[in-house]
Amino acid sequence: MKVLVPVKRVLDYNVKPRVKADGTGVDLANVKMSMNPFDEIAVEEAIRLKEGKNGGGVTEIVVVSIGEQKAQETIRTALAMGADRGILVTSDEKVEPLGVAKILAKIVEEEQPSLVILGKQAIDDDNNQTGQMLAGLLGWGQGTFASKVELAADSVTVTREVDGGLETDRFTLPAIVTTDLRLNEPRYASLPNIMKAKSKPLATKTAADYGVDVTPRIKTLKVVEPAKRSAGVKVADVDELVMKLQAMGIAK
Amino acid sequence: MKTLVWVEHDGTAVKDATLAAVTAASKLGEVHLLVAGQGVDGVAQAAAKIAGVGKVHVADDAAYAHQIAENVAPLVAQLMGDHDAFVAAATTTAKNLCPRVAALLDVMQISDILSVEGEDTFTRPIYAGNAIATVQTSDAKKVITVRGTAFEKAAAEGGSATIEAVSSTGDKGIATFVDAEIAQNARPELTSAKIIVSGGRALQNGENFHALIEPLADKLGAGVGASRAAVDAGFVPNDYQVGQTGKIVAPEVYIAVGISGAIQHLAGMKDSKTIIAINKDEDAPIFQVADIGLVGDLFKVVPELTEKL
Ligand SMILES: Cc1cc2nc3c(=O)[nH]c(=O)nc-3n(C[C@H](O)[C@H](O)[C@H](O)COP(=O)(O)OP(=O)(O)OC[C@H]3O[C@@H](n4cnc5c(N)ncnc54)[C@H](O)[C@@H]3O)c2cc1C
Ligand SMILES: Nc1ncnc2c1ncn2[C@@H]1O[C@H](COP(=O)(O)O)[C@@H](O)[C@H]1O
Repeated sequence: MKVLVPVKRVLDYNVKPRVKADGTGVDLANVKMSMNPFDEIAVEEAIRLKEGKNGGGVTEIVVVSIGEQKAQETIRTALAMGADRGILVTSDEKVEPLGVAKILAKIVEEEQPSLVILGKQAIDDDNNQTGQMLAGLLGWGQGTFASKVELAADSVTVTREVDGGLETDRFTLPAIVTTDLRLNEPRYASLPNIMKAKSKPLATKTAADYGVDVTPRIKTLKVVEPAKRSAGVKVADVDELVMKLQAMGIAK
Repeated sequence: MKTLVWVEHDGTAVKDATLAAVTAASKLGEVHLLVAGQGVDGVAQAAAKIAGVGKVHVADDAAYAHQIAENVAPLVAQLMGDHDAFVAAATTTAKNLCPRVAALLDVMQISDILSVEGEDTFTRPIYAGNAIATVQTSDAKKVITVRGTAFEKAAAEGGSATIEAVSSTGDKGIATFVDAEIAQNARPELTSAKIIVSGGRALQNGENFHALIEPLADKLGAGVGASRAAVDAGFVPNDYQVGQTGKIVAPEVYIAVGISGAIQHLAGMKDSKTIIAINKDEDAPIFQVADIGLVGDLFKVVPELTEKL
């Protein structure tokens, strides 16, 4: 069976985001961009499934990225980790989760995967929407926030990180899975695999090729920095800390 | 505008987060509630008492027993024929459900709003709360999740809404609940605790976490949280994680013990009223947001603090 993994190019999680002075957004010029960390976990999970871990039957991994031309670097990273081929869908305008989900639904129609594994959340816009939207559009089950995935011939059992702890649900294939942090630890691509990835197939499309209208529904009016906390004080020892707590009324 | 607010519940009681969603929804217009589940008569009765609510829709059916999104989303989509906005506190249940509803309605969801600026305009955090965006939607119907810490809680008592049963949209047969490991915790729930003590990687293992963090929390009547590093290393379960991709908390007092203060952690706690940090590294970034900092070895400082309280 085939697994589709959508990967997004985002500001690297180690970089502190800076709001642009004109209030139009976050400054992405000349800063390190990387694959969304949850998507690395998704790619890793797909590879483990192909390697026969957590249930077998996976024979091909296709990665998709929607964004600017440079998103092809993100696809190459996934190919170097072990995915088989890539599809880059370019768009000059930023595509919202609903638009991304609609493009992905068209690709699903063409590729007929049994499983789509996405990240639970892109760490730039923090939307946490795309996987659930895609599942809704396709009428498929959605194993969101996965910390464990077990694949069988016609179903996938997913342990999900929920507010109270863990919940396990079973979904009929084809299905959607979105990854949480504890699902796995993504591998690094080795140098030989990075070289090999350069010759793996990568198709380039546009949103228009799929006949999907990606006109944004949401307009960003302005972006500002959050209120800063003012610097506090350091106490010398535990006694002084206890005194502070007493003054605040939380200690006797 | 007529809003439909998702009632978060555990089968017996309405969860507090719902009350913040009611406040957000009331800024948009008339508030109706949706209780979905199995055997949820008691929940519906309690929901009808929330101040300011006009009507409670109750969908009581086995298909909704575990709030399976695949079954609940079509129900919400149907009710949205008669409402203009679907509003839910950003719990994991709602994060799972709402985007599916949005897709069925062909609208964009607005995630995790901090404020209502107008009937189509909201603020929301992006980039782990390092930027706040003001966004305006052009969708006629709205699907909105609400950051619980950003809105006052509506009064749980004082209302007298009418209760109306809605018929089931049935079981789609694509998702089945298998089981759940839900922590039975005697301590205050993180998202509503007044005081939280959180531990990080520096605790080294689960035994130290239990031996040092928990007695301190018990002395203070506090909830217990953790950094991602502490959860990943297995010191405590996943539901302890505070941060960008964990729980968002804003207690009166947040005590971070052996936590460095990565932006992903700060995203979940930097709206706490008073932040106290204990860390042996005086340059740890957590001190940049802490109101009170104590530089020291937690293995010495924490037992002493617990003892002296
Ligand atoms: C996609 C993504 C999502 C993430 N989401 C979250 C999230 O939701 N929540 C979250 O917390 N993190 C999250 N992280 C992880 C985050 O980036 C940090 O790695 C994590 O918060 C670090 O945890 P820590 O502070 O416990 O550990 P460390 O960064 O290792 O810090 C340990 C601290 O303990 C101090 N220390 C060591 N020994 C002692 C001692 N004896 N006494 C006192 N102090 C001591 C050290 O000085 C240090 O400051 C996420 C990361 C990614 C990539
Ligand atoms: N532009 C994109 N290209 C490819 N995948 C995406 C894109 N946007 C979102 N995704 C996928 O959807 C997940 C959730 O993103 P979001 O709903 O934006 O938080 C991500 O982790 C990716 O797997």
